[in-house]
Amino acid sequence: MSIEKRLNAPMGLLIDRAKPVSFSFEGQQYSGFEGDSIASALLSNQQWLMSRSFKYHRPRAPLTMAGQDANTLVQLGGEPNVLADREKVAQGMTIEGQNYNGSLAKDKDAYLGRFGRFMPVGFYYRSFFKPMGVWDKWENFIRDKAGLGKLDLTFEPEYYDKKYLFTDVVVIGSGPAGLSAALKAADAGAKVLVVEEMPLVGGSLTYNRFDIEGVKATQLRNELIAKVTANANIEVMTDTVCNAWFTDNYLPLIQGKRLYKLRAKECIVASGAYEQHVVFRNNDLPGIMLCSAVTRLMKYYAVKPGQKAVVLTGNDDGYLTALELLENGVEVAAIVDLRQQHPWPELLGKVKQKGIKVVQNSTVYEALPSKGNQHITGVDIRTIVGEGEVSAAGMTLDCDLLCMSAGYMPAYQLLCQAGAQLSYKDELAEFQLSGLPQGVHIAGSVNGLHTLDAVLADGENAALRALHNLKLSDEAEQPVVCQAKPNFSWPIFSHPEGKDFVDYDEDLQAKDIVNATRLGYRDVQLVKRFSTVGMGPSQGRHSALPTARLVAKSTDRTVTQTGVTTARPPFAPEKLAHIAGRIFDPRRHTAMHHRHLELGAKMIAAGNWRRPAYYGDAAQRDRWIREEAEHVRSKVGLIDVSTLGGIELRGPDAAEFMNRIYTFAFLKQPVGKTRYAVLTNEHGVVIDDGVACRISEDHFYVTATTSGVERVYRDMTKWNAQWRLDVDILHVTSAFAAVNLAGPDSRKVLEKLAENVDLSSEGFPYLAYREGEVAGIPARMLRVGFVGELGYEIHVPTRYGEALWDALMEAGKAFDIKPFGVETQRLLRLEKGHVIVSQDTDGMSHPGELDLTWAVNRKKPFFIGCRSVDIVMAQPQTRKLVGFTLPAGSIKPEEGHLVLKGDKIAGNVTSCEYSSANQSIIGLAFADIADSKPGAKISIRVDGQELMADVVKLPFYDPENLRQEM
Amino acid sequence: MPFSLLKYGLNKDYPFEKNADLPAPSALKQHYDVVIIGAGGHGVATAYYLAKYHGITNVAVLEKGYLGGGNTARNTAVIRSNYLTSEGVKFYSESVKLFQGLSNEFDFNIMYSRRGQLTLAHTDAAIRGFRQRTEVNKHFGGKTELIDPQQIRELVPSLNMNPADQPVLAGLWHIDGATARHDAVAWGYAKGATQRGVELHQLTEVTGVDVEKGKVTGVQTNRGKVSCGCVVQAVAGHSSIVAGMAGIRMPITTYPLQAMVTQPVKPFLDPLVSSPALHCYVQQTGRGELVFGGGSDPYPLYNTRSTMDLKESLLAHAVELFPFMANMRLMRQWAGLTDMTSDYSPIMGLSPVDNYYLDAGWGTWGFKSTPICGKTMAELVATGKVPELIAPFAMSRFDTFRQVNEMGATAASH
Repeated sequence: MSIEKRLNAPMGLLIDRAKPVSFSFEGQQYSGFEGDSIASALLSNQQWLMSRSFKYHRPRAPLTMAGQDANTLVQLGGEPNVLADREKVAQGMTIEGQNYNGSLAKDKDAYLGRFGRFMPVGFYYRSFFKPMGVWDKWENFIRDKAGLGKLDLTFEPEYYDKKYLFTDVVVIGSGPAGLSAALKAADAGAKVLVVEEMPLVGGSLTYNRFDIEGVKATQLRNELIAKVTANANIEVMTDTVCNAWFTDNYLPLIQGKRLYKLRAKECIVASGAYEQHVVFRNNDLPGIMLCSAVTRLMKYYAVKPGQKAVVLTGNDDGYLTALELLENGVEVAAIVDLRQQHPWPELLGKVKQKGIKVVQNSTVYEALPSKGNQHITGVDIRTIVGEGEVSAAGMTLDCDLLCMSAGYMPAYQLLCQAGAQLSYKDELAEFQLSGLPQGVHIAGSVNGLHTLDAVLADGENAALRALHNLKLSDEAEQPVVCQAKPNFSWPIFSHPEGKDFVDYDEDLQAKDIVNATRLGYRDVQLVKRFSTVGMGPSQGRHSALPTARLVAKSTDRTVTQTGVTTARPPFAPEKLAHIAGRIFDPRRHTAMHHRHLELGAKMIAAGNWRRPAYYGDAAQRDRWIREEAEHVRSKVGLIDVSTLGGIELRGPDAAEFMNRIYTFAFLKQPVGKTRYAVLTNEHGVVIDDGVACRISEDHFYVTATTSGVERVYRDMTKWNAQWRLDVDILHVTSAFAAVNLAGPDSRKVLEKLAENVDLSSEGFPYLAYREGEVAGIPARMLRVGFVGELGYEIHVPTRYGEALWDALMEAGKAFDIKPFGVETQRLLRLEKGHVIVSQDTDGMSHPGELDLTWAVNRKKPFFIGCRSVDIVMAQPQTRKLVGFTLPAGSIKPEEGHLVLKGDKIAGNVTSCEYSSANQSIIGLAFADIADSKPGAKISIRVDGQELMADVVKLPFYDPENLRQEM
Repeated sequence: MPFSLLKYGLNKDYPFEKNADLPAPSALKQHYDVVIIGAGGHGVATAYYLAKYHGITNVAVLEKGYLGGGNTARNTAVIRSNYLTSEGVKFYSESVKLFQGLSNEFDFNIMYSRRGQLTLAHTDAAIRGFRQRTEVNKHFGGKTELIDPQQIRELVPSLNMNPADQPVLAGLWHIDGATARHDAVAWGYAKGATQRGVELHQLTEVTGVDVEKGKVTGVQTNRGKVSCGCVVQAVAGHSSIVAGMAGIRMPITTYPLQAMVTQPVKPFLDPLVSSPALHCYVQQTGRGELVFGGGSDPYPLYNTRSTMDLKESLLAHAVELFPFMANMRLMRQWAGLTDMTSDYSPIMGLSPVDNYYLDAGWGTWGFKSTPICGKTMAELVATGKVPELIAPFAMSRFDTFRQVNEMGATAASH
């Protein structure tokens, strides 16, 4: 296709005519210029059709040229729903249309439009379900028709990142109001950030015509830019959208592939206003655009929008657009003015002098389409005889372009997110904002001001309010007067044949909105939900105002009472990639990680950590676990327990704090001793456990479970925020590496390495805590018995973790030391009947159910959950965690299998393994209290088969605890 | 094109107001046998079943906003019964059964869509919990399976099996998992109830509850005082506040819960997919949009403003689960208020005030229980006896610590 000659400079602010680019759309090659949007490049090639509408598959073309409608959504490679009027075209781009069956030009689903009358608003609620079951079939058909673009499911995410920003004053929008505000604030010494969504600064000054001669906008823009550039206090970000307002001026700014998270002390919103469309039949035909879209197309991209235009307007701006068109070689067949009154005399005179026909008090009643609705070919003009009513006959005019402006709707989204309210001024036919929160200000056309002088003054006033809050100025605000009334009160001309669109995104016609109210959905929120108005990609930018008017009229309320639906973030559709950013999900390795890999460990996830499950291939899991367990029982084994949570408590109140947090008594815990520490929550439920070491009178070191430590630490800091005890709480999990050296030979191994510590059974007895050096490394040592053998937990600074491991493995060679993994440890502790909190407990397990009452001191005045524990323990218990065995060779229940009592669920298996030490399958399970005594039988259902297991006394192994206390 | 649509196209006057789904506003009467506070799904469902099964139609449903505008409008429309406790599974299973027949019962399509719900296990601890849920579900006749990674790949080929470096080890495949048009559920019930004589009063805020000698006698509203025989409170998100008007203190903490939706794309995801470990669940609606939900904001608050932090972590994990979604565009974010109980089960039934019935504590599990909740609450009101199905959910369970623990079975984590 050939490039239509572009308009001469100064038209084409954004394009670089020296740099042509070529791209393909729907398989056809096109060319444009660098700086073109996809839409402008296509329009310069006379390619208007860009998409098919959501429901009726009608041909659609640009409406706003500013990314404020869904008409230009295209598929860019694997990326769906790209706004063609915002996305810059690039060399070699491959672009396709969306939501069609066949081709964009010949969409086989366009027939749906002809069946529109059989699809009244909410039709899917009324059909497709009779007879019962038929919906399942219809649903697939309807789902296939839904959606717009196609996702490339093989797409790999690209690099996106985030950055924080801070400023005194942020100004959203760089139009005349925004720049005026920025200058005023910066001159008073505030640091100002101006955020502009478009690639160039100036807002309406970049495309709108404010005077008959057409010079004022450019002059003013140049002046303002010169001042802004010269001001060191002002930073400007273009191509940047402020996409939400969150509490306390926390603003996400999206620019390129980065999300800036801005905190601003003061926020001035000068976001402008959206020009509104006129509702009439076929108002969606390609070639029908907003006045501002047409001027943007010419000024930004130097694209001539048509040969012969009609301007349909409810304000003076339409006349100025007509002059702009004329100057750029577009014939203007007529200005159709919705109003009865004339514009200002000079403007009318100028237009008439140029020979443009002006028709007052009239509207376009229907746009006339070419075959297949591909483009507008003319308009049917009627006289307005009442609100929304027109004369029976009128005249038709040929045209290939219709520019329209029914007035403006403030860009209220950010402000309403901030808590502002909209109210409708009947005399102006315009929504206005009020009720701004502290630190948020408003200026310009979003504030209902439409003349340049008023807008500039309003910008300064907003800056003064911000400066006042910042204590940088006490200057008084100036009075602002604006006579302009750009909104026509009822630009809605319903047609009996329909296709008079209120909402382009959702293919909703005027009668659809009215019918929703007649069906009983009277609240505007219900209208939205029933009809889907405003739910499409442009989120009601053009449908909100006509919907409010239609609903108000139909339900006999005021427009203010009717209102618009809630504005929610984001302001404009935002890529998930922007919000996700680089994504930070670190994997955590212990200091000995590489040693485990060298030893052939099968690693498993434990939260973010990776831990050895056992050492060997997964295929022989049971064998490795059995061998490792037997080794620990008979010789000596070493396990990395660095992931155990570690918390340090220091201060005069450390013991008191421990005493309140944990269930046991800690006030009199001797220095140099460890004590089992159980944590219950306020419901008396066991939520974590660990070992508390008293290092000195005012210093405790307490462990927590790998998965629970974050919560334990959070709870501790939360509680102490209330208790105000004199204690420092420090989360030190990652500061320590730790191992458990366990087995009958463990003392012998440690003796080879330990210094400054007496390892004899008298000098370092069971449950004692000692400090010393191991292989020259300063170490904290705990004699604990989790696996039920003589054993030492050794905690050292993380940087020495690997050295400690190596030294122990080396020293242990003589005793045939072997590493063991966390699954082996689970078996070993199961043999000892120790519970793992969260595996053997659930969200309701209290100490009584777990046989942990010995670890609860009910004499002390308080611990978290003590009142609940008292209440619970006073009641008859219903279930209990019991040990059970099944003969070797029996089917092994899995953890999670149910314990049944009759046809009732009595509990579930929480742990179960084959124990070679016991020569049987052993396990823990919740059972009915009646069946909790040793000698009872419980029924466990495995794959439909019920196994009768014996309830036995715990522990399964070494009931006298002789081995761990050696 | 189904024949049922013909009449609309061929009838010039469609719609007649007499065929409206919802009646026009009317005056408040001075007395009703039953006042239901809250016209969310639960409130109108209760009214519907009162009228349908018990012939009680002198009923007013009072709503401070608009029909179904609270959490009925804000939830992510997940229907499932794969809970953990016997009490929970029995209750939610009944709800799923009722849902399946609602469109035809209402003569109004709620677009019930059985897609199946897949919950991912990334740790062996999760597998244990899933196995238990599978077994409990099967015990009560539910369709839930514990499936392996290969089966997961077949169900959702586009899923990243190692999201956020947390490999998918197994899945809880709940075949009965479904979704429906949430608004339509409230509308269908409201339509059925009002057609049977129940009055629906929107923009009618209850400002006080009259209690005499331990018995409720009426309510005060912004439109005047109404006397009544009994009150049902069904105001998820504001349960503590409204109950407070009757002098009842509830064991509830209220948190905002964020949800969000993307622009529509062509369908590619049938099941509802959820990863508790990554605090993220996602489903594709009939319109082609993706709906995301996840954890709640970490502080109690009565405010439905959107927040940034949760959105960041939620969408980061969505992109981990489905990397190609990085290219999708988010269109809208919103929040609802979740009345959390300590055991993640509701509070239903009698209250300390006579004739004042509670339907509260609906946290993140309210929508899916709408039908059964309405049915059992109606039975309670009509008979004065607590139906067996909801007896375990009595508020008195918190006095005796007989809680019904569903903490492990919620999709959103708290």
